[in-house]
Amino acid sequence: MTSGIALAQVVLHNRSNPDCIQRNDIFCPGWAIDNIDRYVDPTVQHVVLVLASVGIGFAIAFTLALLAHRYRPLSTPFLAATGVLYTIPSIAFFFLLLPITGRGRTTAIIALTAFTLQIIYRNIMTGLNNVPPDIRDAGSGMGLTQRQLLWRVELPLALPEIIAGLRVATVSTVAIATLAVFVNGGGLGTEIYTAGRLTFKTGIILAGGLAIAMALVFDFALVTFQRYATPWQRAVPT
Amino acid sequence: MTADPALPLSFLGLFGDAVNFIFNQQPAETGGGLAQVGGPHQVLDLASEQLKVTALALALSLAIAMPPALWLGHRGKGERLAIAVGNAGRAIPELALIAIMAAVIGVGLGNLTIALSVLGIPPILTNTYVGVSQVDRGAVDAARGMGMTEPEIVRKVEVPLAVPTIMSGVRTATINIVATATIAPLAGILTLGDFIIARNVYGDAGVLAGAILVALLALSLELILAGVQYLLTSPGLRARRA
Repeated sequence: MTSGIALAQVVLHNRSNPDCIQRNDIFCPGWAIDNIDRYVDPTVQHVVLVLASVGIGFAIAFTLALLAHRYRPLSTPFLAATGVLYTIPSIAFFFLLLPITGRGRTTAIIALTAFTLQIIYRNIMTGLNNVPPDIRDAGSGMGLTQRQLLWRVELPLALPEIIAGLRVATVSTVAIATLAVFVNGGGLGTEIYTAGRLTFKTGIILAGGLAIAMALVFDFALVTFQRYATPWQRAVPT
Repeated sequence: MTADPALPLSFLGLFGDAVNFIFNQQPAETGGGLAQVGGPHQVLDLASEQLKVTALALALSLAIAMPPALWLGHRGKGERLAIAVGNAGRAIPELALIAIMAAVIGVGLGNLTIALSVLGIPPILTNTYVGVSQVDRGAVDAARGMGMTEPEIVRKVEVPLAVPTIMSGVRTATINIVATATIAPLAGILTLGDFIIARNVYGDAGVLAGAILVALLALSLELILAGVQYLLTSPGLRARRA
């Protein structure tokens, strides 16, 4: 971590306008261009945090949803349990885990995963529940087993809801992962909360802007995936 | 930063220290043991500050988001706007929001309330819009046929039927706000998050105590709002859902 003063000293040696840094103007483009390379590692760390959390979160939520789909009485306790995990603020979750997993990326990923479970679980359940009974009957009538019905009929039809859940979970996780800096979990938060202070405006705006841009990119990727994964939806004139 | 002494084996030990920190005042880590920290008095002070700023921000979000969402939902217009605001809101990084607020606009209760309300507006706007616009048009037509004015239709028909969806937005907004109010000490307002952020003052026990208290506060608010939602839902609707 570098303090604001050290930053300013480094910057004086290159083409940035030192006055802009000295006055701590709202955004110093020269500094941003000269120092863009320092954002590479935090951005990569941020991507890893998000992909790991949403990926593990999806695997767990998907398993829970399939169990609850098969054994209905499980759906309420699963909803309640994931609801508790969702409600506990991530920043508190990080520090609750500290005595167990210590400071670092693992702690951040566990807390962020816990946050995503409810969003993904609820959307998978909604998607599965919204499959029209007629279609299920038609599938059974064609001789599909329960398992075939699930994988070939119900899950594909639930895909738009499932992707919608992944989009909400991913975009929210990109935003919340900035807090991982508090447990040394890396990510773009390290460029916002520098040396325990929030003072360097250009750095804050650049890191915050990168986080928002990353959320947009992930969102776009998921929308694109959905378009290709559900070709039948494009055939329906709306 | 010093190495973390807490290992898996000492988990119960540190947990015990954290509980002790909540219930008993003790010397601060810094300041030569003169300053006293922790204990119920400070805990209640910080918790009430966090509740206060959460309530203020939530009230501001409701005041800003509710009227246009009800109106747009009633008219069935502006769907793209309502959904776009909801999506954009989720992408705002909490830490950057507090940081930019503190660095550019300045610290203080008023500024913090405004910043936090930004996190509450999107879920309230989107859910209220969706809830009201999805009310059965037959019910609205029936109300109109009975001679209700448009404001009456919103108040007596659409809002009661949309309570579950609206309240789920209010609950999300509250969780977002109370969670982010935890990092409010960075913007000069001391909430329970101070225990978490100022580790050099409160020590590891204080940090864990802060995390426990913030988690309990958020869960209590969620339970209270679930109760409020139950009370606001008309008995007829409750029966239908069950």
